[in-house]
Amino acid sequence: MAEMLGLTVVQAHEAIAAGELSAAEYAEAWAQAAAGDELNAYLWRSEDGDTGAIAVEQPRIAPVAVKDIFCTEGVPTTAGSRILEGYRPPYSATAVRRLLEAGAPILGKLNMDEFAMGSSNENSAFGPVLNPWDRGRVPGGSSGGSAAAVAGGLAPWAIGTDTGGSIRQPASLCGIVGLKPTYGAISRYGMIAFASSLDQCGPLTRDVADAALMLGILQGKDPCDSTSVGLPEALRLPDREDLKGLRFAVPTGLASDAIEPGVREVFEETLATIERLGGEIAETPLPHAEHGISAYYVIAPAEASSNLARYDGVRYGMRAETSGDVIEMYEATRAAGFGPEVKRRIMLGTYALSSGYYEAYYGQAQKVRTKIAGDFAAAFADFDFVVTPTSPSVAFGLGEKTSDPLAMYLNDFFTVPMSLAGIPAISIPAGLAEPAGGGPQLPVGFQIAAPAFGEQKLLDAAHALEQAIGFNARPSGAPYAVMDREKRTGSGEGGDG
Amino acid sequence: MLHVAKLARLRLGDAEVETMVGELSGILEHVDRIAELDLDDVPPTSHVVELENVLRKDEPHESLDRDVALAQAPDPAGGAFRVPSPQAEA
Repeated sequence: MAEMLGLTVVQAHEAIAAGELSAAEYAEAWAQAAAGDELNAYLWRSEDGDTGAIAVEQPRIAPVAVKDIFCTEGVPTTAGSRILEGYRPPYSATAVRRLLEAGAPILGKLNMDEFAMGSSNENSAFGPVLNPWDRGRVPGGSSGGSAAAVAGGLAPWAIGTDTGGSIRQPASLCGIVGLKPTYGAISRYGMIAFASSLDQCGPLTRDVADAALMLGILQGKDPCDSTSVGLPEALRLPDREDLKGLRFAVPTGLASDAIEPGVREVFEETLATIERLGGEIAETPLPHAEHGISAYYVIAPAEASSNLARYDGVRYGMRAETSGDVIEMYEATRAAGFGPEVKRRIMLGTYALSSGYYEAYYGQAQKVRTKIAGDFAAAFADFDFVVTPTSPSVAFGLGEKTSDPLAMYLNDFFTVPMSLAGIPAISIPAGLAEPAGGGPQLPVGFQIAAPAFGEQKLLDAAHALEQAIGFNARPSGAPYAVMDREKRTGSGEGGDG
Repeated sequence: MLHVAKLARLRLGDAEVETMVGELSGILEHVDRIAELDLDDVPPTSHVVELENVLRKDEPHESLDRDVALAQAPDPAGGAFRVPSPQAEA
């Protein structure tokens, strides 16, 4: 079984197509692996309950685990919040429906920061997810359950959502691949809304080829989401082996003090690997990127305060019992149902949108957004990609940053600008580094961003770099063998262990 | 703070208010850095993908059955969502 679980999804599909592997047995093996979850990654597993309308009788492709932000017909969907406890949606999200139609059984629903607000998964109402590399550390967030499940051998691949880094940062902290596609590439229908102008669904996978395969299934225009457009061309699996003729931009002034030394070292090594593969590297200014966090923490809470107005104890979810009038019922329900971070962001967003402050906050943040998008457009006139570390640090300790919301927000420093610009960005594991405070080595992610709808080129380059890096470390407790790298050794150099 | 909480229909306890005053001040201080930028002539971005007038044909289609829609409500009654009376004594 360990051998079966050691395959990437692309490899498993090849084995299924060749008649060497039964899709049903493969799905069963993963269901058993998921049942061994000790990381609190799953909030609900198909094994334990009635799968109802989302049952797949005859699996055709690899089973998938789904962040609990996606509505699944008849199956509990909480978005990590008490306020949706017991909710069983009457329909499935388009992303889920596409996976089911492709023949992917749903392994279960994955833990997350409440309403996707967080960078550590500590904001889940159902307890934190543990990082499979070190159970005393966070897996990142908000798609922490998705990243931990894939890294910890509890799912072959997973879907998550990224509003300001919520796919890329946990992928980085867990040593896997995470892709935030271009805004509009995948339908948001049935994906519980946080910040509608930023939210985007995407894959968390073991390697870049699996991410391409998953994106191919998920992408497309959807009549149920008028902001969806899909990708311009059908995706193929990435096969590029070099980076000749490609230009990579490193934002000027990136060597900020905020980056951990170990992370910077791996970043520099990765730049050297790019050059060895024939890629060119130069600095480019992104003068407004440093204001990304400020703009994001106005825009996202503002949109959230509006989106979360719907949780009022009337149509779905929990209701607090009160003896008073309907207003008191709303207030009591929201007080009991929302956690501290969600309340903080609702307050921040309500304030930013309130009369007299709208222009100064929301209006100004939207203008900064224009400038950041303009910075990227200028960079892409000269370069194919912009590269940064995904996160300023490796996985931090549970409870280390919970008392300082601003310090937590700064985790998103490198991922937020791409979200504001709506462009695609991928995080790939680039090596291991010691945490700033000492301790065993942990994964470091490398982020590559491309122009809007440039996913194919992005995946091709990420694949070439991934092959050259040859990252094959795995958490020691992962119940699967290190994947077979024979086909994937490429240049055979640059491994960071 | 209490005014904003009222606008957001959030009831905050005294301890929550106290913690939040400090936290929100710190966040707003960081956010306020963008107030200093001169962006008067810059158009705001509300949506990143160029789209205009996404229209569809106005054709009738199936929608959720009423009983299915009501099944998730905390207090459905008589084919509707029941809520406490707006005139109830607090």
